[in-house]
Amino acid sequence: MNVILKTEKLRVEYRNRDFRQQSKVALVGLDLEVHAGEIFGFLGPNGAGKTTTMNVLLGFVPPTSGAASLFGIDVRQPIARQRIGYLPELTYYYKFLTAEELLRFYAKIFGLTRAETDKRIAQLLKLVELEHAAKRPIKGYSKGMQQRVGIAQSLINNPDLLILDEPTSGLDPLGRMKVREIIQRLKDEGKTVFFSSHELGEVEAICDHVAIVHEGQLKATGTVAEISAGHTNLEQSFLKIVGYQTTLVP
Amino acid sequence: MNKIFAVAGVVIKELYRRKDFYVLFVLTAVLTLAAGAVNFFHDEKIIRYVKDLCLLLIWVSALLVAIITTARQIPAEREARTIFPLLAKPVSRAQVIAGKFLGCWLATGVALFIFYFFFAIITGSREHIWPVGVYLEAAWMQWAMLAIVIAMVLLGSIYFAAPSSTNVISFIVVAGILLVGGHLNAIALSQPEPMQTVLAWVYFVIPHLEWYDLRDFVVYDLGTVPARAVALATLYAAVWTGIFLLLAWFGFRRKNLTT
Repeated sequence: MNVILKTEKLRVEYRNRDFRQQSKVALVGLDLEVHAGEIFGFLGPNGAGKTTTMNVLLGFVPPTSGAASLFGIDVRQPIARQRIGYLPELTYYYKFLTAEELLRFYAKIFGLTRAETDKRIAQLLKLVELEHAAKRPIKGYSKGMQQRVGIAQSLINNPDLLILDEPTSGLDPLGRMKVREIIQRLKDEGKTVFFSSHELGEVEAICDHVAIVHEGQLKATGTVAEISAGHTNLEQSFLKIVGYQTTLVP
Repeated sequence: MNKIFAVAGVVIKELYRRKDFYVLFVLTAVLTLAAGAVNFFHDEKIIRYVKDLCLLLIWVSALLVAIITTARQIPAEREARTIFPLLAKPVSRAQVIAGKFLGCWLATGVALFIFYFFFAIITGSREHIWPVGVYLEAAWMQWAMLAIVIAMVLLGSIYFAAPSSTNVISFIVVAGILLVGGHLNAIALSQPEPMQTVLAWVYFVIPHLEWYDLRDFVVYDLGTVPARAVALATLYAAVWTGIFLLLAWFGFRRKNLTT
């Protein structure tokens, strides 16, 4: 299978503005490979380096050393992002625009024709059930509706790879189910999904492969079955890998 | 180019959906209309003072719109984190800078030409002459000057974290150049060394925004400026705008947006 997302010996250091303090190392020699058609769960406790990895993949943060590529193109080149969709953890959209205007704006960035844009917007608004609110400014939307706009914008270019940063965080059960359905549907269409999550049950249910990072280092990678082997479930395995020890006295 | 226009389109949409822009716009329009309508002491020459006052108002308002709108572009994108979904698309940081510049410049241009339209109606109704060419030339030169200002403010907004700092510093720099920029070489001659050399250098390295002020041509009916001079001034504005945008891109390209 084609490798469509790859990092090699990826290292990211955040320099401290105060020269007396040491720089913070966020990633240490991270090697990742995501193949076409996979649903890849990227796991780790808070501060493990998940968001930094995504920031490098999306070109927000330059790597200190090592390399990262999407579809074989260096992530520092904007064209590497032509075939991806990105859903941030929180809703970071222009609140003065309507959902339709926002989708039209992003479609223009991707270079879609007017006819393609109209068709795609209609499909996506139907998918995320926002047809009735398409012409209302996003600032008047509920949190769930804003998250659904986020899903729609991440799919505007019909991406081959979807990068999701904790997509179900803060959603109600219905919202979570919707996101899961969309991920499953994308998988059925042969798309690749790379997502970070703290919801290990969800990861176990839908992922083909998982990688666990801790303190900026890759601790384990493999199929869900491989990672969970010898443990009751993925959560137990995850806790062991990150070295969690209970502080509760029985 | 489509990506640049798309970013510019969002800037323009934001501007006309913000209430503060309308307040400034309506205030300027009302003041221009009011100033044009009064007739102190039934003096026929009073129209010159009215024109002078209206043009000053237009200059101040256009500068306010340009500086305030531009200063908040990049910091607001960072603060609201809208920059992330945008940069996650196949758009380069250079295109974002170019789009922001274009949006601010076009929006300011629309406001400026509407101000001049009001001005032409008011003065035309009083003087019964319509020097359209002079007004268009004055508006064009002011718009060219605003391109330099917008690019300079965009550069400042990359380095200063808060829009308020960018606003204040930009106003001081622009006002300083407009008021004393053209006299620095003369001031330098009366200064002892090393101040003389320093001031002479400053005179030669600052963008001369005061060259674009054609208010006297409008107020005193001096006719149009030769087209060659306008073309050279436009070229000069394009060069300075390019320099500032290049520096802004250079700073933005290296900027870590996640901190």
